[in-house]
Amino acid sequence: MHKEIRLSGTGGQGLILAGIILAEAAVHDGREVIETQSYGPEARGGASRAEVIIADEAIDYPKVGVADVVLVMSQEACNRYAAQVKPGGLVVVDETNVKSVPDVAGARVVRLPITDIARHEVGRQVTANMVALGALVGIAGLATPEAAERAVRERVPKGTEELNLKAFRLGMELAMERARERARERARERVREASDAT
Amino acid sequence: MPSKAGARLMQGNEACAEGAMAAGLRFFAGYPITPSTEIAEELALLLPKAGGKFIQMEDEIASISAIIGASLAGAKAMTATSGPGFSLKQEGIGFASYTEVPCVIVNVQRVGPSTGVPTAPAQGDVMQARWGTHGDHPIVVLCPSSVAETFALIIEAFNISERWRMPVVFLMDEVVAHMREKVTVPDVSQIAVAERPRPQVSPEQYLPYAAGEDLVPPMADYGTGYRYHVTGLTHDQTGFPTTKRIEVDALTRRLDAKMRMAAPHVTFVDEILVDDAEVVVFAYGITARAASRAVRDARAQGLKAGLIKAKTLWPFPDEHVRKAAERARAIVVPEMNMGQLVREVERAAAGRARVVGLSRVDAEPITPDEILARLREV
Repeated sequence: MHKEIRLSGTGGQGLILAGIILAEAAVHDGREVIETQSYGPEARGGASRAEVIIADEAIDYPKVGVADVVLVMSQEACNRYAAQVKPGGLVVVDETNVKSVPDVAGARVVRLPITDIARHEVGRQVTANMVALGALVGIAGLATPEAAERAVRERVPKGTEELNLKAFRLGMELAMERARERARERARERVREASDAT
Repeated sequence: MPSKAGARLMQGNEACAEGAMAAGLRFFAGYPITPSTEIAEELALLLPKAGGKFIQMEDEIASISAIIGASLAGAKAMTATSGPGFSLKQEGIGFASYTEVPCVIVNVQRVGPSTGVPTAPAQGDVMQARWGTHGDHPIVVLCPSSVAETFALIIEAFNISERWRMPVVFLMDEVVAHMREKVTVPDVSQIAVAERPRPQVSPEQYLPYAAGEDLVPPMADYGTGYRYHVTGLTHDQTGFPTTKRIEVDALTRRLDAKMRMAAPHVTFVDEILVDDAEVVVFAYGITARAASRAVRDARAQGLKAGLIKAKTLWPFPDEHVRKAAERARAIVVPEMNMGQLVREVERAAAGRARVVGLSRVDAEPITPDEILARLREV
């Protein structure tokens, strides 16, 4: 395994914490990992991104170029990073904040109402990062759910563990539901193709 | 309190703090500055639990003065800063160097000069680390390129500082300081920790600056009955000022000879695929990580490339460069500055191989592709 992941959005969305938790989950899974981050001088509102590389072999260069998996949580981040994805890669879009997605030829785009779920189903918008993390783990299999949940418990502020885990699990479920829909759709396509062929 | 053994996700600055604790750090004084702040934050938590002292000082000059005082009282001491603070600490570094007070000065490099870009990486302080304080003085400068290396190398920084009684500069960069990687923390029993030589004679017989064969004078802890004078003025064996030519000459020459004696024990260099290399990269810090990938990519394309990764920048690892220059046709030196160590490489290569620099100064790290392109040109 060698996956390069970029989590992008605006300052205050908790993307760096999400990156750290993903990286820690990879350590629990016994993998090599590296996490880097970049942010403007503002604490909130500026562009923010975290990059994580998870691999079975030692990792030399820590920065992500063209990524395998991209999360975009703001329109600005989407405009900047959505297209920097490998063919066959994955772009996860928070459709609450992102209205238009540029052409990402060859990559799969999954639109999820990440911030809406945090706001309405978890009840706290600040947990959007954990919903996103759950979705990434669910769709892309970047970490085992056990390792990810352990990392969430260890890294979120004391007293907020259950709230954050709830958000994480809702994100996982959302991803699973989308995966099931996709599987059903594919099955239908195969049936159509088969009947067309006959 | 040593950190728990085993694999953990750690930030570079955190590894610096935890490695320092493992080396026996008991006193930290600093004035927090980006991108070194997490070192102070971490030590503010760790030191009190271990019976040590953490002080946030009023400024950088006070910080380095405080660690010199703490070290004279027998504690392993450290401060941490970035470029603007490193400039201010030069006065104290000179004092510690001349009075042979062990201490570790961490400088997490950011874009400069002056305030520069506080959150962005650079490697512009390499020459300042060597020659930032005035006067003819030796110094050791170590430079890690990964989080795991930060943990291991800061322990060496303390060991060198204590064993040889000299300040050691620990030169990090913003990328290594802020990135997180897996670190396998060794069991505390597996970590070798050095102590400074202490006097074996009575206080009455003690000469604070009389050195034996290893040129390192035993150091008494203040407050233990050994009363002696410490001054930035040129001093004789008693520690009191002197202007006698023979004694002025003797002190500078002993400090220089001590550094030469220490050099083989403080020079850490990794050679990767250098033996049969036609082209060699000489790199340090985060740039060495890009170089490692570039060398691997070059080999995959049939170009015999190798890497000299310097973890000790000063004393400069002449011998490694000289040997590589005998075989290779060119040495490429990528640096996030306008060319600092490239001139040292040129000096050590002494015309045996072509030496080519590669500068990047736009607040982003050098990429593997940039180094690979230069390797293919030379």
